[in-house]
Amino acid sequence: MERPIPIGTTAVMERTGETMEEMYVNMGPQHPSTHGVLRLMLKLDGEYITDCIPYIGYLHRCHEKIGENRNYTQIIPYTDRLDYLASMSMNFGYVLAVERLMGQKIPERAEYMRVILAELQRIASHLIWLGTFGLDLGNFTIFMYCFREREMVLDLFESVTGQRLNYSFFRIGGMPMDFPDTFLTDCQAFLAWFKQRLPEYDAIMTDNILFQKRVQGVGILTRETAVDYAVSGPMLRGSGITWDLRKNDPYSIYDRFDFAIPVYDTCDVWARYLVRRKEMEESVKIVEQALAQLPPGEVMAKMPKTLKPPAGQIYSRNESPRGEIGFYIISDGSPKPYRYKVRSPAYVNLSALPEMLRGCLIADCVAVLGSVDIVLGEIDR
Amino acid sequence: MMTFASLVERLYVLTAAWGIPWVVPTLLVMTIVVSVVLAYISVAAMFMIWWERKISAHIQVRYGPMRVGGWHGWAQSIADGIKLLLKEDIIPTGADKVVFVLAPLVVFAASLAAYVTIPWAPGLIVRDLNIGILYMVSISSLVVVGIIMAGWSSNNKYSVLGAMRSAAQAVSYEVPLVLSLLGPVMIAGTMSMGKLVEAQGGTWFGFLPKWFVFPQIVAFLIYFTCALAECNRLPFDIPEAESELVAGFHVEYSGMRFAIFFLAEYANMFTVSAIATTMFLGGWQGPWIPVPGLPRDVAHGLFGLFWFLGKCYFLIFVMMWLRWTLARLRVDQLMNFAWKVLLPIAFANLIVTGLVLVVGGRALLYVAGIAILLLVAIALAARGAVRTARVERA
Repeated sequence: MERPIPIGTTAVMERTGETMEEMYVNMGPQHPSTHGVLRLMLKLDGEYITDCIPYIGYLHRCHEKIGENRNYTQIIPYTDRLDYLASMSMNFGYVLAVERLMGQKIPERAEYMRVILAELQRIASHLIWLGTFGLDLGNFTIFMYCFREREMVLDLFESVTGQRLNYSFFRIGGMPMDFPDTFLTDCQAFLAWFKQRLPEYDAIMTDNILFQKRVQGVGILTRETAVDYAVSGPMLRGSGITWDLRKNDPYSIYDRFDFAIPVYDTCDVWARYLVRRKEMEESVKIVEQALAQLPPGEVMAKMPKTLKPPAGQIYSRNESPRGEIGFYIISDGSPKPYRYKVRSPAYVNLSALPEMLRGCLIADCVAVLGSVDIVLGEIDR
Repeated sequence: MMTFASLVERLYVLTAAWGIPWVVPTLLVMTIVVSVVLAYISVAAMFMIWWERKISAHIQVRYGPMRVGGWHGWAQSIADGIKLLLKEDIIPTGADKVVFVLAPLVVFAASLAAYVTIPWAPGLIVRDLNIGILYMVSISSLVVVGIIMAGWSSNNKYSVLGAMRSAAQAVSYEVPLVLSLLGPVMIAGTMSMGKLVEAQGGTWFGFLPKWFVFPQIVAFLIYFTCALAECNRLPFDIPEAESELVAGFHVEYSGMRFAIFFLAEYANMFTVSAIATTMFLGGWQGPWIPVPGLPRDVAHGLFGLFWFLGKCYFLIFVMMWLRWTLARLRVDQLMNFAWKVLLPIAFANLIVTGLVLVVGGRALLYVAGIAILLLVAIALAARGAVRTARVERA
């Protein structure tokens, strides 16, 4: 389905031996659709993109190096700033890595709390994605709808953590405090409301023929290319590969829930859209089950005052809304990690962007970039 | 019957009797007319901007402007206008200064000139040209010249891209647009805006107005689609697609020059709605009653103005509604749609209209149009029912 590079001007020039400079257009770092400070150098032949070079690093803040100079607990707030649209998932990934390194078990109730918060976070993150994706394609209204529901998730988080964006709520060994009394009813009320809103999104986006025409057959990322680039998350599942760490490498208590992994094999922006759209439904299912099973008890394990994981190394990964977020930690037995490395999903996913863009129209660029769902805080670290 | 033209006539006779040269009344009339039209455009555009903000807000579960001026932020557009007036006038260093300054004026002049042949009410028309509709369509398509001037002179890649898209779009959509307008012209047998409205007076069977929208429903839909493209409104707003081209052709414009572009855009929206109203929705035709204490002509005129503006603003509302509901098309899809879908349908509509007129006359045309309308309504209702069923299941 790949659109051939246009033959018009280029072919004529080849025949006549003329040369003409191709136009370079900078998209970003201050462009409304780059979702942060990303700069794309687009090489254009008319309106068609012949090449794309992403320039990153505008948000670089030495995340990993700072990590080597902080003790294990102090790193948690820094992980918030990785993927600032899914801070819970970042916290989750990091504390999971340290706990695995220490061989630490955490209380049952804390596990459930983590899953509930992480899945609500996935819904919130996908809502931002859906809204901004609509914005990229010229549909403003879906943006407001999505933010209305995201606001409710943030209210829930605020009632639990006191924060609305950077929660720093996970602790090595459990959770710092229990849910407030109102949380269960509020959360159930939100889920009930949210399930009724999903058909609204379908009406304005999924069933909209103009929207379908814009995203179908655009930004092809074949199965092989996706694997070659180590793409993960909804991007990979949009390329027809069933791979979700919650199922394939179960962490925490994800093996106790009944949920499906949406996979679509058209390999285009449309497939990635559908994957994320269905994932919201699956996340609702998980939260509902977790709320029903939520056991009573402690939320924090007994932990030493200073955390000193035994010397060794660990690579721990979990499924963030954007894909596989991995934390690689080498410990030398001291209170600070010897080496701390983050494998960020958006960074890897973005590297496949030029592959998807070649031969697209410049108008498709924003759609394809939107379908990657990048967060620059995580790419630049 | 007291009409605007007859009033002007009387003024000429009067001044000639007093021995004043004809230049004076001509200038007087021109000044008054232009001032009135300019004032109307400014006020109407400001109203439309405020209205659009309110409509978009209510579609998007917001309130929109609520503070400026007290009642529902009615003075928001005025405040914005003053802000734009007071802004620094920036001409980019690399810009072609003369063309850069002229471009907004060309755009605005073209939108303004189209107001000449709008039939506001019975007898109220600046100049009822015998080629009224042709004049209006051609003069309003001059806007694209100004847009290309703006895009080119800005010396900015994004604005050139925007201007090129705009030119391609305008040229493509102009063709089905004009073809769709030929239907009503064929039925009425005139191109004068005033006579076109008069031809739509009266009713069929005592309740169905003889508007051309019924026999020409297909043409109306084509016209409205093309009109959206003409005004660069969603889903055809690719010349200024802000998520792709930042702002398109007017990316380098700020302050008053930007305000003129903005004003022209809304003035243009009104123009295309006025054409649609005149050609398809019966213009100022509508029920009216004599008002005690007012001359019959004046009362009829006021009612006519009410109906005309009401229909125009309804169409503008539909345009805004679409803008805040739909996504944007892509350049190639846009061109495909104009040349491969709209153009053949417009031609087919033209041929069928001609054949039916020859064979069965106007009555048959109305019957055929209403049949199509009913079919479309049934199809839409069926689709809605299917969706409701699915939502309920989910």
